[in-house]
Amino acid sequence: MYQYDEYDQRLVDERVEQFRDQVRRRLSGELSEDEFKPLRLMNGLYLQLHAYMLRVAIPYGTLSSAQMRTLATLARRWDRGYGHFTTRQNIQYNWPKLEDVPDMLAELAKVGMHAIQTSGNCIRNVTADHFAGVARDEIEDPRIWAEIIRQWSTLHPEFSFLPRKFKIAITGSPNDRAAVKVHDIGLRMLRNADGDVGFEVIVGGGQGRTPFIGETIRAFLPKQHLLSYLEAILRVYNQYGRRDNSFKARIKILVNALGAAEFARQVEAEWAHLRDGALTLPAAEVDRIAAQFAPPVLPPVAEPIPAFDMARLTDPAFGRWARTNLFAHKVPGYASVLISLKPVGGVPGDATADQMDALADLADRYSQGEIRVTHGQNLVLPSVGKAHLPDLWQQLTALGLAEANIGLVSDIIACPGLDYCALANARSIPIAQRISQRFADIGRQHDIGELQLKISGCINACGHHHVGHIGILGVDKKGEEFYQITLGGKAEEDAALGKIVGPAFSYDAVVDAVETIVDTYLVERRSGERFIDTYRRTGLAPFRARLYGETIDAAA
Amino acid sequence: MPLLERGRLIDDDWTDVADDLPVPARGRLILPLARWLSDHAPGPQPGRSLGVRLPGDRPTEVDRLVGRFDGLDLIAIRFAGFRDGRGFSMARLLRERHGFAGILRAEGPLLPDQLRFLQRCGFDAVALPEVARLADWQRFLREISVVYQPAADAAATVLAYRHGARAVA
Ligand code: SF4
Repeated sequence: MYQYDEYDQRLVDERVEQFRDQVRRRLSGELSEDEFKPLRLMNGLYLQLHAYMLRVAIPYGTLSSAQMRTLATLARRWDRGYGHFTTRQNIQYNWPKLEDVPDMLAELAKVGMHAIQTSGNCIRNVTADHFAGVARDEIEDPRIWAEIIRQWSTLHPEFSFLPRKFKIAITGSPNDRAAVKVHDIGLRMLRNADGDVGFEVIVGGGQGRTPFIGETIRAFLPKQHLLSYLEAILRVYNQYGRRDNSFKARIKILVNALGAAEFARQVEAEWAHLRDGALTLPAAEVDRIAAQFAPPVLPPVAEPIPAFDMARLTDPAFGRWARTNLFAHKVPGYASVLISLKPVGGVPGDATADQMDALADLADRYSQGEIRVTHGQNLVLPSVGKAHLPDLWQQLTALGLAEANIGLVSDIIACPGLDYCALANARSIPIAQRISQRFADIGRQHDIGELQLKISGCINACGHHHVGHIGILGVDKKGEEFYQITLGGKAEEDAALGKIVGPAFSYDAVVDAVETIVDTYLVERRSGERFIDTYRRTGLAPFRARLYGETIDAAA
Repeated sequence: MPLLERGRLIDDDWTDVADDLPVPARGRLILPLARWLSDHAPGPQPGRSLGVRLPGDRPTEVDRLVGRFDGLDLIAIRFAGFRDGRGFSMARLLRERHGFAGILRAEGPLLPDQLRFLQRCGFDAVALPEVARLADWQRFLREISVVYQPAADAAATVLAYRHGARAVA
């Protein structure tokens, strides 16, 4: 893992003191709320419906056990005993007091963490594949480049007042686990015909009210050019992105208005001036950062591993968990363990301070002290010896963290919605809770199989409903909460946007509607088909027929 | 209007010359861009300094000025609002790509915490709002001492510290 050197540390420490002074001046009345607002929004502090919310960056989703303990401390000492892991590999605290925030930030700085650029119209926390460094299918660890981007983008003098927020995601594997096609910039690592490593550069993806799948503007960018190329993209966007309407200000609107080819031409023209300039990183710096992401020393263990196989056979609950919550590790005899933050009836992504502390201990004992945060709002212990899995599972079970539902219908992504968010049309969290209760039978969930359900409380789409196999969007109908359902969205390398199935459902009816959709799939599916496969074969028709009867066609 | 120029607070002695008025023989004078670009642009003259103003929301205007820096002592970029960051790119392009070496001044409703960004992008003067507290502005120059990325200023980046100046030359 990357360790801050004295310069990284100094910047974060100085930023804490700067913010402490800003808060002091706000509390003393020297600054009005109007004057303070742009300052706090440079540092992840929002004013929500009921209280301030502090968003802390977890760069590229990697945490040490010490960092996790600090997150627990923040939750316990300054919040209500829990934190909320988000879809962008951040953690949010929903109830901090303004006067405490500088101390929270100082505590974070001690373990090399911060809230810099977790809000505002700037380059946000860079996200990456949560299996970076350990995945079997990986070309190179994308976190090396994510850290390089983190440093380049931090307090960037030219790009701190962009038309709108800007999100970059990076994956080191051809199998996209970072949703790179629905980011402002997506970077997919690949090897060219000569065997050199570089990036496919994808621009203009995004969700919100005008969702787009990103377009490739460069099929192969040699990796040493990454920063100059990013600077070229950002410079074109900063100058020519729309600023007259915040709903049309994301880069996707510019790319779409110009066309990807013309946008690419402008970027290349800008890049011609920048390439091989001061942004070309010296090899010594790339090596310095890469060395800190050196893979842990894991002696390979010959498979099969009897203790693991035995437990799978003899304990069906463990067997189920092993089926959904493990991911192939590049070293034989090890697995990456997914820890579900989606218990039946729980709030997706929430973890208590005690759970965070316990997970830090488990990471120390079983996974070289490392933890990852996924954009699916779950956690990962990246490198666990398979022989230890039965023990680990027992302990996770005791903590309420062994839900065997990764990738299943109750592994729901939900935005905060009307329970917290001032922009919401409708609640998201209670819908997620009721759906997970409806499908509480874990055997039934396993029978249904892979199904991604995503819920947003308004068109801003923080819950990524556009790319859910089943997407649920909160809408306002004459002051009442209604929910529009889309089917067939997908966020991975074959990304697609969901299609609206028909008229929206009321708060009371929406869970029944989801169950009808799942039941329709079970009737329609052919052997081996996942929900998304069946949908792609049949289209909306059978789902509409079951949901709305004959009437829909007459009405449509 | 107070002017913060190269770190010092001074009185702004630049004055605007309206489109249809003759250009005075002496003084520090800011002309509309169109007039500077026209064929009858005033030439150099002892005791007279000339500048132009670019709207901060029209980045393409930078291209129109390229090649017309001779005799130009100042370029003012007027930001439309503190959220409109186009002027930062315009400044870097004027300095780093087109080599403008005169005074580059930022104007408009800017915030104190933008001062360091302005400076890093090549601005060496800022027209402060009338009510500005100078201390608020200067504070932001000192508070953060680390810079990660190369820009239009001479600040040494972390790379220079980490690997020695030669590594980033
Ligand atoms: S999708 Fe809407 S309701 Fe949900 S968090 Fe985003 S802005 Fe708030």
